[in-house]
Amino acid sequence: MTIKINVDMAKCQHYGQCVFEAPNIFKLNNDDKLEYTAEADESERANVEAAIDVCPMQAIFIVD
Amino acid sequence: MTKPVVIVGASMGGLRAAEALRRFGYLGPITAIGDEPHAPYNRPPLSKEVLANEVSHEAVAFPQRPATADVNWVLGTRALSADLEHRTVTDSKGQVHPYSALIIATGLRPKRLQVSNSELAGRHAVRTLDDAIALRAALVPGARVVILGAGFIGCEVAATARKLGCEVTVVAPGVHPIVRPLGVELAREIQRRHEGEGVRFKMKTAITDLIGENAVTGVLLDSGEELACDVFIEAIGSDTNTEWLEGSSLDLSDGVLTDNAMRAVKTDGTACEDVFAIGDVARFANPMFDGVARRVEHWNIPTDTAKRVGQVLAAKLNEAENWPAVLDEKFAPTPSFWSDQFEMHILAFGLLALADEVKLIHGEIDGECVFGYYRSGNIVGVCGIGMRSTVQGYRAAIGSVPS
Repeated sequence: MTIKINVDMAKCQHYGQCVFEAPNIFKLNNDDKLEYTAEADESERANVEAAIDVCPMQAIFIVD
Repeated sequence: MTKPVVIVGASMGGLRAAEALRRFGYLGPITAIGDEPHAPYNRPPLSKEVLANEVSHEAVAFPQRPATADVNWVLGTRALSADLEHRTVTDSKGQVHPYSALIIATGLRPKRLQVSNSELAGRHAVRTLDDAIALRAALVPGARVVILGAGFIGCEVAATARKLGCEVTVVAPGVHPIVRPLGVELAREIQRRHEGEGVRFKMKTAITDLIGENAVTGVLLDSGEELACDVFIEAIGSDTNTEWLEGSSLDLSDGVLTDNAMRAVKTDGTACEDVFAIGDVARFANPMFDGVARRVEHWNIPTDTAKRVGQVLAAKLNEAENWPAVLDEKFAPTPSFWSDQFEMHILAFGLLALADEVKLIHGEIDGECVFGYYRSGNIVGVCGIGMRSTVQGYRAAIGSVPS
């Protein structure tokens, strides 16, 4: 089982709060811009949901 | 029938508490009572991105999850009182809500300027969606805007109003904007950048009266000067919404005092078994810093404290064997905040105001930069303009400071 993750990059302001909740999925690159893995194992769901909660712009979604 | 968990306050903290109860395995009924007519929504964009564009509930509403679809939302309704002995909450429509546990999430409301002419129209605050809708309509190009208060909210609104083409003057008592948490050097730089964008500051200044017949047309400063204005915005901090708890046994000396499990503490110093407080209204000691209980008005605190309550309360209500262990777990959330003002992307972790020493640790003050905040040589906070990855790199160090 995998989950699909989508970040609305028009909304994302690269605050990076998600990085601490789901470090396997989200990171800020050298230009301080968000990079993320769009597909992950089901075991990451709880972390990604926590990242969704802390996103200041509410820009992160799990596509079920 | 099982009595519900009653959450008073239907904003982010209330929503996150309901979600956390479900996530930690509580399946019983939940009622959430909130005085605003809107389902829970995200406040930070209301002074920034959303205020600069179109303000609507749709633009800021939190998504509702299947696990909390059966929460009974009682909106547009204010809690009037709580009877902690008989475990009931009475609301403004006369309904009495029995509870098995009570979660206090009533948050804050903006302080308002107290002057002789205070009943004039045209005064704005920045807290709720309805505040933002009213303010957005007033921020037309060329409008003369006076903002009282130069904290984060005042500065964000100043930047947004300026970008919308308004003439903006900020009036505040401090030497520089946001100086109390950030320190003089960074605060002075932020003021300089605002001034470079055309924002005017009247620092070390108070407003002694409002001028106008029906609506505010100007403000009177303590220097005797009058400033004409079309829009008057008050961003002078907040008061806690705890009046409905007055007369109870709770310690309400500044918000609701709680222990490390977010259980409300009574005036006799004992913790309630079935009353909790979360978010802006909760005052608790964070073992990451020292033993002093503080309210922390940062955006991550409602979510972090709600999760802690969800964990503790679900274990208790489910009579989980590990409940004592859950209660004893150390809860030490890292305060986290950000602010966008013009091209400045400010990101910070920790409690900056605790510092006795502030120093530039990366970058240049007039470009991207990071400041470290130290108390007795230990890092208690970090704040940057830009350089987010560098700022993030210090977060764990703050968390490892011995208390």
